[in-house]
This record gives sequence, C-alpha cells and structure tokens, in this order.
Amino acid sequence: MSNQPVLDVRDLSVEYRTARGVVRAVDGISFSVPKGAILGLVGESGCGKTTVARSITGVLHQSARIAGGELLLHGRDLVSGPPKAWLDARWREISFVPQSAMNSLDPVYRIGNQIEEVLIHRGGKTRAAARARASTLFEMVGLNPGRLDEYPHQFSGGMRQRVAIALALALNPSLVIADEPVTALDVIVQRQILDVIRDLQRRLSLSMILVTHDISVVAYLCDQVVVMYAGRVVESGGTRDVLERPRHPYTMGLTNAFPDLESAAHDLVPIDGSPPDLSQSLAGCRFQPRCPFALPVCSSDDPQTKTAGSGTRFACHRHADSDMLRRQSRDIATWQRPQ
Amino acid sequence: MTAAQTSAHPLVAASGLTKRFAAPRSLSDMFSGHQPHVHAVDGIDLRIARGESVGLLGESGCGKTTTGRLLLKLTEPSAGSIAFDGVAIDTLKGNALTAFRKRAQLVFQNPFDALNPRFTIERVLAEPLVNTGVERASHSDKVEKALAQVRLPPLSRFEGLFPHQLSGGQLQRIVLARALVLEPDFIVADEPVSMLDVSVRAGVLNVMREVRATLGLAALYISHDLALVRYVCSTTLVMYLGKIVEQGPTADLLKTPLHPYTRALVNAVPVPRVDQSHEPLPIIGNVSDARGQPRGCRFRERCPMAVARCAEEEPPLRDCGQGRRVACHLA
Ligand SMILES: Nc1ncnc2c1ncn2[C@@H]1O[C@H](COP(=O)(O)OP(=O)(O)OP(=O)(O)O)[C@@H](O)[C@H]1O
Ligand code: SF4
Ligand SMILES: [Mg+2]
Repeated sequence: MSNQPVLDVRDLSVEYRTARGVVRAVDGISFSVPKGAILGLVGESGCGKTTVARSITGVLHQSARIAGGELLLHGRDLVSGPPKAWLDARWREISFVPQSAMNSLDPVYRIGNQIEEVLIHRGGKTRAAARARASTLFEMVGLNPGRLDEYPHQFSGGMRQRVAIALALALNPSLVIADEPVTALDVIVQRQILDVIRDLQRRLSLSMILVTHDISVVAYLCDQVVVMYAGRVVESGGTRDVLERPRHPYTMGLTNAFPDLESAAHDLVPIDGSPPDLSQSLAGCRFQPRCPFALPVCSSDDPQTKTAGSGTRFACHRHADSDMLRRQSRDIATWQRPQ
Repeated sequence: MTAAQTSAHPLVAASGLTKRFAAPRSLSDMFSGHQPHVHAVDGIDLRIARGESVGLLGESGCGKTTTGRLLLKLTEPSAGSIAFDGVAIDTLKGNALTAFRKRAQLVFQNPFDALNPRFTIERVLAEPLVNTGVERASHSDKVEKALAQVRLPPLSRFEGLFPHQLSGGQLQRIVLARALVLEPDFIVADEPVSMLDVSVRAGVLNVMREVRATLGLAALYISHDLALVRYVCSTTLVMYLGKIVEQGPTADLLKTPLHPYTRALVNAVPVPRVDQSHEPLPIIGNVSDARGQPRGCRFRERCPMAVARCAEEEPPLRDCGQGRRVACHLA
C-alpha cells in the first residue's frame, strides 16, 4: 500500500481540434510517479509533454479533450470521477508551474497578495495565516519575505520563477508538475532554481514531474525519466539506466545530439527528419522514418512495450538487439545514412 | 569572391560602445536634481570578421541584448562608434539604410513576442520579403529553402496555421527561418536555440555553422548557453553589468576560465551524466541587486575571492596572451 504511486497515468490519450482536423497529441501513454521521486518527462518539441502536464492538472486548452485513459491520483481516477473532485485536487493535491510561469503573475497585484489569494480561496486560510504562510513560502524558495509587497515587474525572471514555485507549494500538494521551469533563465539562475527544487524535494519529500527538453537537467535532478516521441512513450526507467544504457534508438539519438561542454569538439549528430504529422493516421513505429535501424516490420506494426531486466520499459521491434544497436549508434555514420 | 569579402576591415567593428539609460530617481536625487544612469553597455570594443561567429555570454540584464540592438542600429549609442563593412552606421540614410537593414538581421529572443499572432505562418515567413520589395515570384522558393535550413517540414504542413497552434520549439525555428529568408551577411541571434530540443538543435547549430561557412555569414550569438557558444563560436566575450570581463578563443576560455564570473558560469551548467557535482556555485547572491557600483570591480559583491583592492580600483581588460583578455585583479 505504501508503495502505491502518487500518480498512475494509464493509456492516456488527448486530442486537439484544429482547422486541419483532429490532432492526437498524446496517444495511449502510461507511466507512474513513485512517492517522493522526481520524474523527468523529456522529448522533442511538440511531442506532447505540455499536453500531458496540462491534462494531469486539468487545465487543458479549450480545443483539447481527453480521448481516453485514466489518471489515478492515490489510486482514484480523476478522468471518470466527478469534475468537482478534480477541481478540488488542483493546488491542494496537484499543483502546476506552467511553461514560462514567470510571465503568468498578474502585473497589477502585489506578489504577496497573489500568493495569499490562493491560500485564502483555495486553502481556506485566514488573511493573517495566509500572510504568515506566504512569508514561509518565500523563505523556502530563497526569497526575502521583506519583498512580498513588491510587484512582479520589480522581480527578475529568476525571482518570478521562484515565486511560481512558492505558489505551487502553497497548499502542500502531493504532486508538483513543473513545465520547463528553467528553460528561459540564465545559467546561474537556472542552476540556483534547480538547486531550490532539489533541496525542497528532499526536505518535503515531494513527488514531482519535471517537464524538460534538456537531458542534462534530467541527469542533474531526476530519479526517473520518461522519454516521449510523437505522443507516445518510447522509453522509461531509472535515470541512470536510461541515460547510460539507452535501449530505444530515439533515446540513443538524443544522447548523441547533446552538446556537452566537455566534449564539444566532436560534431553533434542531429537525428535527420522531423516528427510525423499527428493529424494523419499513423501505422507502425512513429520513429521509423528517422530510425537508422528500422526493419520492414517497423513501418507496418506498432512495437510492443517490453521490460528490460533493470525495469526500464521501451517500445522497439529490435528490443533483442539493443546492446548491438547502442554500439552502432555511437558511430556518426549510422545517423548520416538513415536506412 | 567579391571585393567586400576580400577587404581587410572586419564586417562589424565597434569601439567604445556605450549606452546609458535613465534610471529611476531616488528621493534624494529628486531634491538634488541629479539624474542617475544605468550603463547598459559601458565602453566595449568588438570586431566580427566575415564568416566569423562571436559569442556574447552573460546573464539577462547585463547588456547583451542592448549590444546586439546597437550593432543593428535598432537603438542609438550614447557614445562610441560602429562601422559596418567599413562605413559608420550612424551616417546611413535612405537606400543605404534599407540595404543595411537587409544585410543585418535580428533573430528574436522570444517567438511568442516576435510573431504577429494574427498572421498565418506562411505570411509571417513571407513578410520580410514583401517589406523589402523582393520579387514575388521568388518568395515561395526562398521560404521553402529557409524552412529546410532550420529543418522544418515544407510550407504545406503549415497551411492555414497560426503561431499559437505550433509548439514553442517549432515557433523558434520559424523565427530563425524568417531571418534567413533575406540571406543576410550578418545576424544577431539573441538566444536563438534556447527553446529547441536537442535532436533538432544539433541540426540547427550545424546549419548555422554551414551557413556561416558557405555564405560567409557573420554572426553575434547572444546567449547564456555555454554549450551553444562552445559549438558555434570561435571567439567568446563574457559580459557582466555592461562590461566585457573576459574574452578569448571559446575552447580555451571555457576550459580554463580566468575570471571568477566565467568560472561560476562554467560550473553552473549541468552535464548529461548522472555522476556530476552538486556543489554550491562559487558565486554570491542574485544579479538583480547588483547595479551601478560607483567604484571598483562590478563583480566584487558576488565574488567569493574579492579583496580590498577590488573595491578601490576597477580592473582593466588586459591582455594575457594567446588572444585572451581578462578584467580581474587576481587573474
Ligand atoms: N491549442 C492547440 N491547438 C492545436 N494543436 C495544439 C495546441 N497545443 C498544442 N498543439 C499540438 O499538439 C502537439 C503537442 O504539443 P505540446 O505543446 O504538448 O508539445 P510539447 O512537447 O510541450 O512541446 P514544447 O517542447 O515545444 O513545449 C503539437 O503537435 C502541437 O502543435
Ligand atoms: S521499432 Fe523499428 S523503427 Fe522503431 S525504433 Fe525500433 S527499430 Fe527503429
Ligand atoms: Mg511544452
């Protein structure tokens, strides 16, 4: 019972209605967030990370709908449950730091008031209690409570990002979802925010989903990683196992394409091509058009998800060859002549 | 090769470049009638040759973006001069100014601000061509070429789509493609790939290197991303509160940083490996509180090594051989 995950995402699908038809941005994905762990959700731009984060939080865009699946929060499904239960869970159980959260503060209200509003209206606190809690939250994220009465424009981007994190922690949620929390920030501020997150996560044993496109951030912070590609999960497991022994060709490609300060002399190897158009119906493995290891079966059949001895799960027809493919993937020539 | 490409002067040369902005006045300033200034850019020198990519590293608010805007004549300097292809840009007017605007392009920092939300992607991409009177028949070829350069699918995939319907990373590539449609000689790229995911970023960075080599494109990459600068730029300048504090060949500068600020920057970057240092950074506090030190080194309040002299004297940017320069008393 105690090792029940905080959140279990089962076979979740999400669709957008667009002028060009229905886009299935998330297509039957599953993963779970263990208690007290930071899970990194990584993948290419447009692969559906934000859509997943927003579905869990229940703040999808109007044109989007959950087309199937379950979101089990402490074992209870939010999708099929009463809408009020989901609404009640927001802030209190699941909180969300949106992509470019630092621009989401209201410029005309003092920052302290904005935090207090959440504490009073969502948390049922008195004004005095809310004030005290706001000070504590400021201290937790390394801000001076003496500046609670200032306006957002008086804070730098990094400070506003800290405020967004403080807001997310306001009601002691059991799950915090942060969408690209450091992407738009300076390196030093990035690192400071990552350290704030790391420190809070340890002290409060928070469970977190960290959405990022940066595998260095995953390596620095996350216990678990879920790699998405074109609306699907292609690989998931412990961070060390996935980054050191990637089993899916896309994950192998990602680690090759990464610019690294220490070894930047070599050429970066892009993965040629671009992800498929999600408004079309797709057959076979979605990575197939870009995959240097594809077999004929890859363009006709969906690969099943397999579990490796280490517990890492991955979906590739060539699952039995993953050690060999990993060796080949380190050779630049492999990626220069796809197929 | 044209005469311009073989000539000796660098494509872009700035000296003593300075930009002051009026700062908010305190109560005592109001009584004394004193108007304080923020030196966004404070007397910097910079040269960019044809085909050269120079990196400008530093945190937000240090003056990087202002420097880029000065070089593109999007804002006027308070002091100092800029020559583009040997001609002082403050004298440019009429046709010469229009030609300059075509040759020198900005790649915007934030795609959400850069693109008109009511324009389709197609229109966004063709707009620079329309604005500069490029003949209509060539538009679609140029647009498709630019899309391919940033590794986006052909225009047909964006038919009828508006900016808000693309993901952040897709948008960033559109912004880049938009600057490349005019085939400029010089681009100032302000955080050009910060939102791109790696599989695509690697491709765009390779394209930037390619374009630089084949078209002789000179570029100033403004970034806080050390890996980008390491990959694309042969020379790097590190800026702190309006001043260049260190400069040199990128690989050396990042391998053995001489300035304590550069050192903090290099240490701050996580690496894609599980085993890495989680040591606290060798830097004190936030930049937001550091402003307008009247004397001494501007970095001293955040510097873990500062000594008494650092509060007294401003360290000059001095030569230390092998093309490297640093502004620190202790380096
Ligand atoms: N409001 C919308 N209407 C239509 N399509 C959308 C909308 N928002 C997102 N999409 C599409 O859904 C897919 C997934 O988008 P999403 O924003 O979830 O990706 P992401 O992984 O967060 O990308 P990024 O890393 O760029 O933030 C993309 O193809 C995108 O174009
Ligand atoms: S299933 Fe086939 S195409 Fe897909 S990743 Fe595996 S080998 Fe490549
Ligand atoms: Mg996103």
